[in-house]
Parts: sequence; C-alpha cells; structure tokens
Amino acid sequence: MPLPREDVDATTAKFLRDKYAVVGVGETAYTRGSNMTTRALATIAVRNAMLDAGLKPSEIDGMLSYQSNDSVFSPLVAGDLGIRLNFYMDVFGGGSSTEALVGIAIGVIEAGMCKTVVIFRSMNGFSQVRIGGTGARAAAPVSGDALHSRAYGWQSAGQSFAPTFMRHMYEFGTTAEQVAHVRVAHSHHASNNPKAYYKKRLTAEDVVNSRMICQPLHLLDCCVETDNANALIVTTAARAKDLKQPLVRIRGVVGRCSKPRVDMHYQVGPISTVAGHYAKDILWPNSGVSPEDIDLTGSYDAFTFTTMLQLEDYGFCKKGEGGHYVSDGTIMLGGKKPNNTSGGHLCEGYTHGIAMVIENVRQLRHDADDSCPTGSDGRRQHTYDYREGGCRQVKNAEVSANFGWAMPGTGSAMVMRRG
Amino acid sequence: MISAQYLGMPLEINDLDHENLNYFAYCAKHDFRLQRCASCKLLRYPPTTACPWCSELSSEWVSVEGRGTVHSYTEVHHAIQPAFKQYTPYLVLLVELDTQSGMPTREEGLRVIGNLVRPDGVLAPKAEVERVGIGTRVRMVFTDVAPGLALPQWTIDETAASGMPWRYRG
Repeated sequence: MPLPREDVDATTAKFLRDKYAVVGVGETAYTRGSNMTTRALATIAVRNAMLDAGLKPSEIDGMLSYQSNDSVFSPLVAGDLGIRLNFYMDVFGGGSSTEALVGIAIGVIEAGMCKTVVIFRSMNGFSQVRIGGTGARAAAPVSGDALHSRAYGWQSAGQSFAPTFMRHMYEFGTTAEQVAHVRVAHSHHASNNPKAYYKKRLTAEDVVNSRMICQPLHLLDCCVETDNANALIVTTAARAKDLKQPLVRIRGVVGRCSKPRVDMHYQVGPISTVAGHYAKDILWPNSGVSPEDIDLTGSYDAFTFTTMLQLEDYGFCKKGEGGHYVSDGTIMLGGKKPNNTSGGHLCEGYTHGIAMVIENVRQLRHDADDSCPTGSDGRRQHTYDYREGGCRQVKNAEVSANFGWAMPGTGSAMVMRRG
Repeated sequence: MISAQYLGMPLEINDLDHENLNYFAYCAKHDFRLQRCASCKLLRYPPTTACPWCSELSSEWVSVEGRGTVHSYTEVHHAIQPAFKQYTPYLVLLVELDTQSGMPTREEGLRVIGNLVRPDGVLAPKAEVERVGIGTRVRMVFTDVAPGLALPQWTIDETAASGMPWRYRG
C-alpha cells in the first residue's frame, strides 16, 4: 500500500525513518560446490553489489559482515577490491544478523564514522562448514553449555528448535500439512527464480511424505545447504538519489531482539512464542506501519515452521492461527501478502537471512530478476503471470518487511519502502 | 579437567567451569542438585554464575526431586552424531519439574533436557519411545560417563497415572 512521500523528521536517533536506503545488492551463484574460497565468494558478491549500485571502490568506506567461524573477514575483502575503510566490523551470528547490521550501518553513518557501508555474508555452507553440525563441528569436544544440549544428541538447528514447533502443534492444533504450505509457496516462487537451487514446484503431500528428520520436521520442511555469498550496500537516501537504482528506503529496524534468558529460552514463558512477539513492539512503531500496510514479507525459513511462527508473532494473524494463515493462499505470489518470493532458504539457497532482504530490495524496485523480457529501458517488463517459469514480481509492491531468526529466542526485522 | 567419551563424543569439563564441575559431580553421585539463589530463593537450570531472575551471585546447591512432566520433545530419526544412529528414533525431552512449576510466573518452570532412557541409563528402545509424548510423567535416572560426570536423563515413571500423552501424528 502506498505511503505518504514526504520525508519525516529524522533529527533524533529514534526517528531515522526513510533517511537511509539500500542502494546496491549482489550475490554469487547458489551452488553445492563453489570451487572457490569464502574470500573469493565475498569479493565477487560485494563487487556485484557495487556494480548494481553504480558505486566505485573509492565511494565505499564501511564494511560489515557476519559469520560463525566459517568465513572471511572484511579487511581482506575490502583490500582485494581496492576499498579503503573508515569503519569495519565482523560479527558472530547467523539468521538474525542482516537487519541488525543494517541498523548498525545506519548508526555508524549517523555517527559520522563513515558514509557508505557494504554488508556481506559469505559461506561454503555445503562444501566446507555445514550449519547442520555434521563434519568438523560434530567432532569438536562437547563442553560448557553444550553439555546440556549436544550430549543428548540435541545439536542441529532442527533438533534445537523442534520442541518449540511441537509445543505450537500441541497448544494450537497446528498440523504438519498446514505448515507444509510454506514449502509449497516458496517452491512455487522458486520456480520463477532462475537463480534458485531447487526450482521444482511441490505439494503439501510431497512435504509430509518426505522422510522424517526430527519431529515435526520432514526433509522438505528443512532448507537447502548451499555455497554462496550475498552483499548489500547502505547509505543515506540523499546520496542514493544520485545512484543507479530506484530508491528503496529503510523505514525501521529492530536488531537481535530477544526473549528473556535467550540462551535458555525454553526455560521461560510459553515456548511456542518466539522473539517476534517482542520485536514487533519495536519494529512497527519505529517504522510507523503495521502488518496491514505490508505488501510482501521476507522471513527466515531455515524451516517451514520458522516462517509460520514469525508471521504469527509479528501480528499477521492471531496467536495460534499461523497454521491456517500460511496455508490459505495469502503468502503465495498472487495472494495478499506473498512471503519469500525468491523461494527463500527452503528453495533458492541458504545465506543466513540476507538473501530475503536482497529479494525485497529488488521487489521494491519493481525489478525482480525473473524470466520476464527486458524492455528498452533495460528493466524487465513484468507480466504478473505467476505460472511456472514466469513472473515473480509482486504488483505495486510499495512496502516490505523482513524477519530474521537466529533461533526461537532471537530475531531481527526491517521494514523497507519504495521511493 | 574432566575428559570422557560418550557415544563417540568427547565430553570435557574445564577446570575453570566451576558451575558445571559442581553440577555434574552431584549427578555422578546420582544426586540431582540445582543452585538456589541466596537472595530470591529461586532454583535455576542449567547452572549459571548469577541468578537469572535477580542477578545475585551467591547460591547453594540443593537436592531437587527428579520428577516431572514432558513439556515438549522431539523424536529424532536422522541422527547427527554417528553413535546416536544405532538408537534412532531417540527422544530429546524437555521436562518441566514438579518443583517450582508455574513459578515465578504461571508460564515458567524448571525445564530440564534429557533423553528418554531405560532405567539403566541406556537410550530407550522404539517400543518405549512410542509411549511418550507431551504430558507423560517421567522420573530422573543417570547415565554414568566418567568419575565426576553423569548425565541426568529421563525414564517413564511407571508408578504415575499418566493420561494419554499428546504425540506427533504424521
């Protein structure tokens, strides 16, 4: 839904609404076997984002990245691309990082530390360090807090989150078949995304008939592990006006908002409630919109259930009705509020949350990179025909929301708007 | 430093990790103890340096009855650690202790992780796994790993009157 175009007062730290923008996005191919280092992947993704924005190396002076002891650090990537940094930081973290780092980028630019910040995530998540915990990570000694988890064969993300998902089913009658529709929607979207690793359209039966990994997660409730890097560039909306792409402004962010006692979140309160329950009270006031204003969402979908829980706890439906909400067509392309139009981590590829932000930037530019023909202005002429292999641009996309997830207890989020 | 092997995994407790050294040493005596805050008197799990409710540093280790109800769980069919594969499907149980249930607020409790095991501490066979779900009454037993290290675990409390537990249905 269109928002008023006038800039709001951005003179206080609390009200930076619309003052900053995402001006460039880029990635490498989603593969299982990149045959290159995370340093090379990051370098290519950052360069692609610079080319997308129309920025020269000399015009970038800040860099942020996140990783889990599995990637390259900013100074190496900057040096390789001829970028002289006035600020950089590499933080530990996963799926709740991107939106939080966008907030940090706004903060450091606002503080005068630098002017334009690249954010990247680079990972050989299939061929080197697998998030699922197999390989080198499974062999590491179990000590400290892991004595209360890994020692019980409670290690992978799916295993760790499963008690939250199961309790939701118990309390609200949520069914596996309902939640499988998240995969159905994302697989349909991926079939219209030439970049996607898995492009095949699936049915709810395909999902619930796939083999059980750990209840309630079937194989097809889980995302794909891939090798790739993603990057995006944040600067002021004032600078963005001189750059190459249609303006995509940042309305508001919330970063790594957490449930009480986040490391042991299942000790406290209803475990079927996730961090979005708290984050929504920062996100919506900061961005001055509510779920009704949102045209499309991007949600961390390491699992089908993470998307269902986040849409529910950010207020897109009543508590407990997430299963119905994700299975009634609303989140499909052509529905009222499509989610993960790229196919997300379930189908496009796995990048720890950043890719869904990149997708929404392209959607808000009205330039989703599908198979629609390119016009004389160099932009795709979208058909809005969402049949397999066709268009995936959301018609009249004006406002988007992204929901990052580290685990049930921690989430980050961001609202962006067009123009 | 305690170093041991359990189901193909190296388990370690560093000499600096006083909280875990104490916790698992009591477990090794088959005595389940938790820290009780010296200030607010609330018990906490797992062991920590400060009280998560009032940040007080002082606490005492008190014996806690190892009985409770399954609050949630997952039945693992695809094991990550190779040695768990022989026991699939195995259960990871989140058990709310009877002690301090619904405290300090109605939605809180001490929720203790463990596998479903036989009374001797070995991971339970499929026939027992299939009897357990949310609502099952369980009691604590221990899996002895090494001197100073036993893992608290859960087994079906055959003396308890359990209704039909909630189980995941396909």
